[in-house]
Amino acid sequence: MTQPLIEIRSAPHVQAAKTVETIMRNVVYSLLPICAFYVFQYGISALASIAVVTGACLATERFFVGTGTQAGRLSDYSAVITGLLLALTLPPGFPLWMGAVAGIVAIALGKALFGGIGFNVFNPALVGRAFVQAAFPTAIATYTPSFLPGRFTEFIPSTLAWPLMIPADAAVWLKAKHLDALAGATPLAKWKFDGVLANADELLTSLSGHMAVGPSPLLILVCGAYLAARRFMDWRIPLAVLGSAALTAWLLFAFDPARYPNPFFMLFSGGLILGAVYMATDMATSPVTPKGMWVYGALIGLLTVVIRYYSGLPEGVMYAILIANAASPLIEKITQPVPFGRGAILGMDRVKKRASYPLNPGYISREEASAVTPKKRFLPNKPKK
Amino acid sequence: MKLVSYFRGEAFQRGVHPPSCKLTANRKIRRLPFPDRVTVPLSQHIGKVPRPIVRVGQDVVRGQPIARSDEWLSVPHHAPLSGVVEFIGLRPGMRGTWIESIVIRAHRGATQEDLWGRPRDLSQATGQDILQAIWDTGMVGLGGAAFPTHAKLSVPKQAKVHTLVVNGCECEPYLTCDHRVMVEHAADLIAGIRYAMRATGAVRAIIGVEDNKPDAVRVLRQAIADAAAAGVSEEIHVEAVPTKYPQGSEKMLIMALFGAEMPAGGLPIALGMVVSNVGTLAALGKLLPLGQGLTERVVTVTGSGVAKPGDYRVILGTPLKFVLDYAGVPAVDALDARQVILGGPMMGQAIGSLDVPITKGVSGVLVFRREDMLERESRQTYPCIKCGECVESCPMGLNPSTLGMLAAKREYDLMGEQYFLGDCFECGCCTYVCPSNIPLVQQFRVAKQILREKAA
Repeated sequence: MTQPLIEIRSAPHVQAAKTVETIMRNVVYSLLPICAFYVFQYGISALASIAVVTGACLATERFFVGTGTQAGRLSDYSAVITGLLLALTLPPGFPLWMGAVAGIVAIALGKALFGGIGFNVFNPALVGRAFVQAAFPTAIATYTPSFLPGRFTEFIPSTLAWPLMIPADAAVWLKAKHLDALAGATPLAKWKFDGVLANADELLTSLSGHMAVGPSPLLILVCGAYLAARRFMDWRIPLAVLGSAALTAWLLFAFDPARYPNPFFMLFSGGLILGAVYMATDMATSPVTPKGMWVYGALIGLLTVVIRYYSGLPEGVMYAILIANAASPLIEKITQPVPFGRGAILGMDRVKKRASYPLNPGYISREEASAVTPKKRFLPNKPKK
Repeated sequence: MKLVSYFRGEAFQRGVHPPSCKLTANRKIRRLPFPDRVTVPLSQHIGKVPRPIVRVGQDVVRGQPIARSDEWLSVPHHAPLSGVVEFIGLRPGMRGTWIESIVIRAHRGATQEDLWGRPRDLSQATGQDILQAIWDTGMVGLGGAAFPTHAKLSVPKQAKVHTLVVNGCECEPYLTCDHRVMVEHAADLIAGIRYAMRATGAVRAIIGVEDNKPDAVRVLRQAIADAAAAGVSEEIHVEAVPTKYPQGSEKMLIMALFGAEMPAGGLPIALGMVVSNVGTLAALGKLLPLGQGLTERVVTVTGSGVAKPGDYRVILGTPLKFVLDYAGVPAVDALDARQVILGGPMMGQAIGSLDVPITKGVSGVLVFRREDMLERESRQTYPCIKCGECVESCPMGLNPSTLGMLAAKREYDLMGEQYFLGDCFECGCCTYVCPSNIPLVQQFRVAKQILREKAA
């Protein structure tokens, strides 16, 4: 008799369909409409920027995966997410070679250095962006207006700067197009340096005028809602970020409406929506505990508003998220969940109101109960009827 | 996900919803033929292992006690077959090690009727008498844990029990044996519940059934109404609870029915309750008046690799190979890779030999074909990406993500002291949802074992 071949494995023997690849792939899918809109706004320069930055991320990931020191693989889509997000945070006319540098730094210093997927402490896309912000302060602050005529046939001149060369000044090019160079400022920079508030409709849809804005916040929220509904993203973090930013901004606005912009402007200008939905929710760099997610998100919202108001920078989302990333292990440590059946020990009785049957304390007193269990205080003090 | 649970009306927080795959829910229980030989392992339940009280070569009749112990936390075994004791010694057990067993060869042509038994009138019996009668049947929890039933039903002097919770959840995917027992043996179940209520002194019994078994709820309600019409005064209710894994855990079921959180480390008796499985009580209801021993049980044989899936009434000690042959597993002998699991897919044990017998605690036999295992095999294991799925699914409210990372670093003491590893009952929810394919439960099992060895 031949023994049949039986495989032995530990329980459970069934598994949910969701894998790391499906999560990452769905995040990429949800980013595609946002990228498409971005290209629609800024034309081929944006397309080139997205392609080059993502390509640089993938090439760097390929190199480090090839060294065998990394967890994960190229096909897990995580480098694609990093690339797309990084490209969306850079100005559309950002020189391509600088974009490539950003992509390489994002993966090499933001992710590979820590050991690859799951081990990174900081959001890789933001590490890349922070590096180029420090390295190329002029280029990263140079925004061009959206919806320029001829954007699908002509590159923004700064895009095509030679490697290691200073890009051409976009202002000259814009003047030649009879557009005010200032039109290329972001709404936040306009508010910070000129005291001009953008209108709500301009902020929400990004469709009107030549404002230098990213993709429509509404579009990002819709894509984020898709991810949250399919549970590829945690809904708590964006909610906490936006809630806390709105609350802080509203408090300041109520305190001095003349000095501070309204909370609506705070929420929908700059990269706050993109940061809240896609950057702060990066799984590896945010806490795993539900309570921790609220704290983490609230910290990002608070820091964003504080940086925007009180620092020399117009935008604060990136640094807020990076600081919160650093605080995330600590947040996780102090927000561990209370295990089932230990709430009473920690002084929190949890007896549900909607139970089918009431416990009947007529049959058992607390003293009798504590005689047979080591722990006290597990029944409510007052008899329930 | 608290909010979602609330609106869905779910009874306890977190948990998972695996596809139920109850292929055999509408098939009647059938009897499996008697095998030529049965192997009765001496160690089938929690507690002291009983000693054989028969000799090699001795004739036994079906239902006769063949092993017993005088320890309180132990029950006797009964001969599942009329035959001759062929061998007493080591035989393969389900955990891979060989364990001491009694092998009985059937007499050819024997009727295999239950010949041994002490019918008694329990109508005037005290609780203590009933407990003794339960001990005599050799009954253990048939849900899988195999805890001696008389010990479970005996109430310490200081405590009082007001409610008997009858666990008819059967939350494990694929398994339907409890479901079929509830539908087909409702009268036995009611009788068993009444015995258990008298043994514990409970004044009401609540049968918790998951709402994916509406027919069981209907049949039980009818049976209770019939019993009440026949003059049964005990208060018995049937309650449908929203389907969710692992509702069959007694803590989760008590949460579902009463909204009360059982204190960590405590027993249901602390809340004035005793929990028992429907299969156990239905078997009690049948065996107690006859004074017979437990010699057979209902086992779900199912899975993609079984041609004739169904719930079978199987003689204890029947070799797995015999069961699978009968249930139509194609080419049991062939060198064809497959997975054979005793129990359900979430908590069951994959076994390595088909000579393993069916014991009192086996509720199901699952066979998966190689094709079904390929998808899982092809899955890559990633490092923890901290998605938080496991934290959202752990019914005990632990943090499996952090526990898993600590296990990888061999920080077992920290796991036990600060992250409540001891509360984990290995339901498998965290591993089920893990997108990184990390074997979290296995890591926890190892960690617990190491902590136990350290403490010893």
